[in-house]
Amino acid sequence: MAYLDYQVAQAPTGWRKILHLNWPLVFLLSAVACFGFVMLYSVAGGQADTWAKPQMYRFAVGMAAMFALAFVPMWFWRGVSVFSYVLCLLLLVAVELVGDIGMGAQRWIEFGPIRLQPSELMKIALVLVLAAYYDMLPVNRVSRPLWVLIPVALILLPTALVLKQPDLGTSLMLVAGGGILMFAAGVSLWYFGAVFTMIGGLIYAVMSSRGTDWQLLKDYQYRRIDTFIDPSVDPLGAGYNITQAQIALGSGGWSGRGFMQGTQSRLNFLPEKQTDFIFTVLAEEFGFVGAFSLLVLYTLIIGFCLYSALSNRDRFGALLTIGISGTFFVYFSINMGMVMGLLPVVGSPLPLVSYGGTAMMILLMGFGMVQSAHVHRPR
Amino acid sequence: MKRPSRDTQDGSRRVGRRGLLLAGIQLGVVTTLALRLRSMQLEHAEEYRLLSDGNSIKIRLLPPARGLIHDRNGLVIAGNEQNYRVTLTREEAGGDVEPVLRRLSRLIPISDARMAELMEEFSRRTAITPIVLADRLSWEQFSSIAVNAPSLAGVTPESGLSRAYPRAGDLAHVVGYVGPVSDYDLSKIEDPDPVLMLPEFQLGKVGAEAKLEGVLRGKAGARRVEVNSAGREMRELSRQEGEQGATVQLTVDARLQNYAAQRLGQESAAAVVMDVQTGDLLAMCSSPSFDPNKFVRGISSTDYRALMSHDHRPLADKTVQGVYPPGSTFKMVTLLAGLDAGLINGGSRFYCPGFTEVGGRRFHCWRGGGHGSMDPIQSLEQSCDVFYYELAQRVGIDRIAAMARRLGIGVTHDLPMSAVAEGIAPDRAWKKARYDQPWQIGDSLNASIGQGYVLASPLQLAVMTSRVATGRVIVPRLVRALDGIPQPLVEAEPLGIDEAWLRLARGGMDAVMNGAHGTARRSRILRDDWRMAGKTGTSQVRNITAAERARGVVRNEQLPWNRRDHALFVCYAPFQSPRYAVSVVVEHGGGGSAVAAPIARDIMLFALEGGLPPLDSVPSDQRAEMEARHEAMHLYTPDPPKSGRTRA
Repeated sequence: MAYLDYQVAQAPTGWRKILHLNWPLVFLLSAVACFGFVMLYSVAGGQADTWAKPQMYRFAVGMAAMFALAFVPMWFWRGVSVFSYVLCLLLLVAVELVGDIGMGAQRWIEFGPIRLQPSELMKIALVLVLAAYYDMLPVNRVSRPLWVLIPVALILLPTALVLKQPDLGTSLMLVAGGGILMFAAGVSLWYFGAVFTMIGGLIYAVMSSRGTDWQLLKDYQYRRIDTFIDPSVDPLGAGYNITQAQIALGSGGWSGRGFMQGTQSRLNFLPEKQTDFIFTVLAEEFGFVGAFSLLVLYTLIIGFCLYSALSNRDRFGALLTIGISGTFFVYFSINMGMVMGLLPVVGSPLPLVSYGGTAMMILLMGFGMVQSAHVHRPR
Repeated sequence: MKRPSRDTQDGSRRVGRRGLLLAGIQLGVVTTLALRLRSMQLEHAEEYRLLSDGNSIKIRLLPPARGLIHDRNGLVIAGNEQNYRVTLTREEAGGDVEPVLRRLSRLIPISDARMAELMEEFSRRTAITPIVLADRLSWEQFSSIAVNAPSLAGVTPESGLSRAYPRAGDLAHVVGYVGPVSDYDLSKIEDPDPVLMLPEFQLGKVGAEAKLEGVLRGKAGARRVEVNSAGREMRELSRQEGEQGATVQLTVDARLQNYAAQRLGQESAAAVVMDVQTGDLLAMCSSPSFDPNKFVRGISSTDYRALMSHDHRPLADKTVQGVYPPGSTFKMVTLLAGLDAGLINGGSRFYCPGFTEVGGRRFHCWRGGGHGSMDPIQSLEQSCDVFYYELAQRVGIDRIAAMARRLGIGVTHDLPMSAVAEGIAPDRAWKKARYDQPWQIGDSLNASIGQGYVLASPLQLAVMTSRVATGRVIVPRLVRALDGIPQPLVEAEPLGIDEAWLRLARGGMDAVMNGAHGTARRSRILRDDWRMAGKTGTSQVRNITAAERARGVVRNEQLPWNRRDHALFVCYAPFQSPRYAVSVVVEHGGGGSAVAAPIARDIMLFALEGGLPPLDSVPSDQRAEMEARHEAMHLYTPDPPKSGRTRA
């Protein structure tokens, strides 16, 4: 029955689906990944084996997964959304109990040879379950308080678990991705206004309580905030990374210092240069031209996704597309904002460019669902 | 999760307006990012470029102060002294070092050869490695460079610590020396400590300095400095001091060592003084010695060639690396092997006609006319060879070798010194493995008097003497305390040799000194509470042919130096309650009783007295000679130790 819901007569079937894929999106994703390969080759000092090659293999596998998922009909994803959400939630709990300690935080869980990072999977599962929820919910009830509380709970439950790991970057991503989806679903702007006001008030309370008897944070936490606002107050401690990152980025100028010529990264001033700070290497070596090009590519990816969502008459497909692309958007804007000193330093990689297997796989699987929504949209 | 298909036609279910709004917000964010990028990379690029070029904060390692080495009384035998030097980093000099070097050569002398050497080194090392241009500068030179620093980009005047050995040659072989880290050193170390890359860093090369490198080195500190675009340090931001290496206290006594070194004089010789109860090595003297300070500063090739070509081998530590045929000092081993095997006892006698014939070959006693009937004590007292030839034929080499190893000969003693020799306690299996030849009875006879294949180091001879004197397995040790913590003394186990047999061997050694016919009677100690027991040894370094023997024994003095006999002597005292064992080997010195015994006696007296040997403890005819010798000596008289504080 579900099959009929999607007006099969007009949707492509079998191998013909391949003609209806969102091909520009495929090319854009590949182009961004290529930026990643080049930069990984460069930061490894001209070594492909260190990071670039493994990254290429993972990208190839991720692309294959994306195509495979694109062929799976839309209604299947809607059908499994609740199940996948619950499963991810259980995995998060399991990580809490048995997970390996990686980088000082509990993030992984081992299934034989497979190493799972449930918090990454949760980014997709959350989008799926929220899209399915708003698909089911009649539009006129979207802004009723009770019906707002349910998705808020759906978002905060995994966020709390991830925050406990502790992984601030991913928690932010979950909140922002879920928020974007709720926004797109049409939840009243008053709610958003109220949340932002509350956050603003909290920040004001925290900052104004400093130095008084009832100050809300510990002294070292305030110092961290100072460092964020002005990294130069502590150029050797917490501000060191961000100072060095900005020097690298700014010194790139218009056309950069040239491929493999970045002195900041060569001389090891930059920390984490293959992951969180890879954008600064790009900016140093290829200058404004390179960095801006990448930003344009990212924007185009978001643009094509939004266009696909706006032209999709199926509510689940449209919301899914917006949710995935919104997560992607939060991903790269947090990373760029961080290295440019607009946001505090939270561990967050640059999507498709930073070295890292799981994140890239999950992202490409998400885009596989975006493709599926595109292919199976009602005509 | 089914739903009616009409839904797809319901316009209100589409994300239209909110989707556009979202697109607008996202575009706004992207624009912000782009503007920030533009501001940083286009408008402020110059500032960042300057920061990057002059970048900015560098971490410099602070080499740790090396741990001190003390003697057993707390006197410093390896310390650290202030050293002024200048280094140059190519990167900070702007890539081209030559003009900087030219300018610097106006302040301190740099020879053309040195200049070429430096240029070669700069091209070999990476641009960021500081290279030492000159060290051990005077304060005037150092300050003139510091004043002119602004015109010398990349040049850093530094003051650091350098190793110094106040006792110079006295303890050179025990303590060894440090030197600059070479590429060869680095290649031997897996995952080298980054501090080794520092240009001024000194690494233990030889002796205790090398063997105790791990405890002496300490931990590097670090400082973060801000540098300007020329690489010059602007200010220090933070500093974490290193941890000085542990102070090592050795068992040696610097004053005794000093006396022993002077008593050996210019002979090619070695002397070991050991505490027979604890195994503490009080002196390990190898003569001639060398000045380790020269190696620390980088020895000149002339000096080095002189040391290498010297026929007395000053660089070798003869106390542990030199192995010699122990000659008659080995007779205690053969005797104890025979007693322990139950083949002879205190009343057993062998007749010495002056030679023994075995397999058609004659083995001669050192006294041509023979000793007549000998019991064990007399055999040691008069050092009769035939007694041991007869004994060896009955005991067999394997038991003699086993006894030698029990007494510490032919085993490597674990000491923190370089190339500690194993020596040789030969047996059938050894000869089979070494030469692939069967053991001959003649080999046993030679071995029984410490000739032939037997080789022992002066250290091993001292260990043997200690073990005979105490009847326990005394193990030599060199480290007394680490970082102020005394190293535990292990209670020595009994040797497992019947006390009656040991008393026989000791009685024989006593007779050597104090018996009417003792071979070293001349070197006895008169004071009864210091009564000394010992054994002489004279080992041939060549075969005496039948023709030579027919012509009569050639006097040692007529032979070239390197063909003369080695003179050996081992002793312990006091006889009643042994405290010290001394072994002395004088290479090509002649006879053990004439040359080695007086030296050993004097060193023993110094150890017992804790100062110059009292004249009344030696026979009266030797007192004048001893007094004259004392006057010629320049003995080390340390200042009374200051409350344990020394300059780090």
